[in-house]
Amino acid sequence: MSTDVNVKLDALPGLDPNALPLEVKNLQVEFRTRNGIAHAVNGVSFDVRAGETRAILGESGCGKSVTAQAIMGILDSPPGFITGGEILYRGVDLLKLPEAQRRKVRANRIAMIFQDALSALNPVFTVGFQLAELFRKHRGMSRQDAKARAVELLDLVKIPAAKQRVNDYPHQFSGGMRQRVMIAMALALDPEVLIADEPTTALDVTVQAQIMALLAELQQERNMALVLITHDMGVVADVADRISVMYAGRVIEEAGVNDIYASPAHPYTKGLLESIPRLDLKGQELSAIKGLPPALTNIPPGCAFNPRCRYAQDVCRQNPGPPLYQVTPSRTSACHFWREVKGDE
Amino acid sequence: MGRYVIRRLLQFIPTVLGTMFLLHYITSLAIQFSGNPVRAMFGDRTPSPAQLQALTERLGYGDPCLSRKGDPCLWRVAADGNGWLGTSLEPGLFFDRLGNIFFRFDFGINLRQREVTDLVADAIPFTLKLLVIAIIFEAVVGIAAGVLAGLRGGSFLDYMVKISTVFIISVPIFVLGVVVREFVGVKFGNVLRGQDWVPDLISAGIFTPGFKADYPFASLIIPGMVLGAVSLATTARLTRTSIMENIRADYVRTAKAKGLTNKRVIGVHTLRNSLIPVITFLGVDIGAAMAGAVVTETIFNVPGIGRLVTFSARSGESSVVVGVVTMLVLVVLIANLLVDLLYAVLDPRIRYE
Repeated sequence: MSTDVNVKLDALPGLDPNALPLEVKNLQVEFRTRNGIAHAVNGVSFDVRAGETRAILGESGCGKSVTAQAIMGILDSPPGFITGGEILYRGVDLLKLPEAQRRKVRANRIAMIFQDALSALNPVFTVGFQLAELFRKHRGMSRQDAKARAVELLDLVKIPAAKQRVNDYPHQFSGGMRQRVMIAMALALDPEVLIADEPTTALDVTVQAQIMALLAELQQERNMALVLITHDMGVVADVADRISVMYAGRVIEEAGVNDIYASPAHPYTKGLLESIPRLDLKGQELSAIKGLPPALTNIPPGCAFNPRCRYAQDVCRQNPGPPLYQVTPSRTSACHFWREVKGDE
Repeated sequence: MGRYVIRRLLQFIPTVLGTMFLLHYITSLAIQFSGNPVRAMFGDRTPSPAQLQALTERLGYGDPCLSRKGDPCLWRVAADGNGWLGTSLEPGLFFDRLGNIFFRFDFGINLRQREVTDLVADAIPFTLKLLVIAIIFEAVVGIAAGVLAGLRGGSFLDYMVKISTVFIISVPIFVLGVVVREFVGVKFGNVLRGQDWVPDLISAGIFTPGFKADYPFASLIIPGMVLGAVSLATTARLTRTSIMENIRADYVRTAKAKGLTNKRVIGVHTLRNSLIPVITFLGVDIGAAMAGAVVTETIFNVPGIGRLVTFSARSGESSVVVGVVTMLVLVVLIANLLVDLLYAVLDPRIRYE
């Protein structure tokens, strides 16, 4: 369906078609607030290949969404500032692009879907208008052509009676249908990278599964790189290829999905896995990670997880914090005691 | 939608009857306690009782209830009646008024025997002009100031808007009007009138202490701005808050993520939502501005509806007060209904069933 898009995107300087579609290197973001500087993202690195799903896992406030917004370049600034690092799209550092070019990267090359589709869609415009807008503004299509494309898109995300529904307002759709509209909007311009920020959190479980299946199907069709931001271990296990676990603005463990579930190499990941309710442990107490994540204005010295960690020793409370240890050639862990955690001395 | 409008129109009835009765009672009380307004027409001369009686009868102040203190003039008292609650339930002055206004479109006459409808027809163009100036002034300047302040919350401009609006809101319109008339109309106007190079339209037309028949539009500009000032401040604050709220909204973030230009993100996605409460306020404010016109027109001597009401109230011409204010009430009610309908057009989530 993308064949009629003959418009060539502006060539980006230094674009390398063979480079990874998205590579984040040592990204640092801080929020300058009245109560001090909140270090939301402290050196996050990850990459994602075409057709691959990279999950970014972590609890609320660990910097996942901020990372996503920084990649899109839609961080509210002030108070948010990117203070270091690189965000490479096919080898081009987006942070060094002028705003006009950066803007054209959005939706065209890297698109994003948001958590709560009801508030993420504009309540006073029809769904058709909001979809057609992309074609009108980015592809210079007429209103009619753009509207026709909007109907096609709604069909693509399997919204029944798309032709009629295109004139409806967001509040006239159910939660799952709204998220489908969001997906249609993100995929409209055939991006190479899709960032999904908790796409199923606001939905009930059966609808969650449908949405994830739809995302996976569309991703395969288009060989898209998908960055899936979530706190839901279940969702991750189903669809992700590789996982980056974030804690207090850092990636503390990175591994393939099977490795992580089989043998976590960081106490935080281990805690997360143990806190999943399991049928075979019915009747026993559910273990939870004690304490709360640190305030981002006041991250403890050394390893940010040390106050909650049962493996913590003096070395964990001293700066600098643990480096990323190479656990195997394809996985890393930011824990001094990853061997003990993993359970193979 | 149709049913909603009909229901709203039906709700007009008790509102209009209630306001009319209040006005009717207050003006009747004024006559009962301070005496026959017709007496004032004779000035120093003392009319013969027969003369006074005849004129009073002719001008519509002859009802005996108007000489019984506290009588609401609802029912006519039978000849043998004792006490104003009456012994017969024959409709009295109030019902006569209702019948005349709603069935014969007769709003009565003033002391000089001119029809109230004629008086209103003469006065309304001035008030309308004043209102248009006021509403345009408050909408354009208020929204512009609010948008600029809201987009840059915490900036110097934001503080300027915040401080100046608090200042305007806290000064009552009658103080503001008199101060502006004195300093802008008289003092600054005098300076301008002393300069040869300033055209008359500006020095004598705009900067005058009051309305001038030679400059029927120019001389209304400053009174209109005074009338719009307080609402302008409210509009600016409302717009500012609304913009600040919406600029952080998720759908604005979505619009940014869609790679739209900043102009479109603000101008289409943010503004459209932010202006819903503002436009609603402006609609309702038309009614408030009419009330404000009573004060502004009196201060600046504009021969509009407001001054008509003030002067009639002073001379005790109850038929004029009741008639004109009833018309104003109807205008306000209709304006409010239109605003509510407009609200549904602006915000698709609102549906009237």
